[in-house]
Amino acid sequence: MKYLFIESRDPFESTDTQFFSDLVKGVKKLGRETTLFLVQNSVLSTRKGAKYNDQIAQLAQSGVTVLADGFSLKERGIDHLVEGIEVSNMDQLVQLLLEPETKAIWH
Amino acid sequence: MNSGKTITLAIMDAPYESANSTTALRLIHTALSQGNHVNVFAYEGAVNLTMKAQQPHPNPVKGTSVEEEAHPTTKDWIASLFALAEKNNVKLDWINCGLCVDERGAGDWIDGPRRGGPKELYEVSQSSDVTLVIPTK
Repeated sequence: MKYLFIESRDPFESTDTQFFSDLVKGVKKLGRETTLFLVQNSVLSTRKGAKYNDQIAQLAQSGVTVLADGFSLKERGIDHLVEGIEVSNMDQLVQLLLEPETKAIWH
Repeated sequence: MNSGKTITLAIMDAPYESANSTTALRLIHTALSQGNHVNVFAYEGAVNLTMKAQQPHPNPVKGTSVEEEAHPTTKDWIASLFALAEKNNVKLDWINCGLCVDERGAGDWIDGPRRGGPKELYEVSQSSDVTLVIPTK
């Protein structure tokens, strides 16, 4: 089973994002193929120098594939990302959703 | 063009309130563009997304007219998704939750959607490759 986590919430607004990050980390520790797709205000954590850079960087370093929606980044004027994050789009998200044996969870 | 694959989305945000609606519509547009079938189960406030009476409006603060503002309505966006599905020879099955519709008096919708309930959500989900639930906060 592959896990596709989609985070939409703003880390500066919702402490739930910390719990969600812990969940993603925990699933990865179980050895599952794990992807985190950041969309909407969740991409605020990716701006280089932002308070939540470490949280995101640690996920990437632990082997989680961290993707950020390019449309959401552009809307918020974010063009300098913390290392380990790939700019993505809806095309890739649809392809990830349709990969066999994928469990998709939105937050 | 037709991939033979199907995505089911369950959405519940009312129009013009949350970026979730925009993301869901972007996702549906992309899935249809790639040749996938899409099922949508709209419940709670999301049943208002397809209401026929929606009208674009001017912006009195900026002094712009309806035409200048070019305000996108969700019902027009969704109508264009039905047109895209037809063009790509794939199916968009949009189900509005009947109880949610009745509560809100939201039964006058554009061509395309149908009325349903949890049974229909279960059925379309069972026949899909993947199901994604996009809840409100």
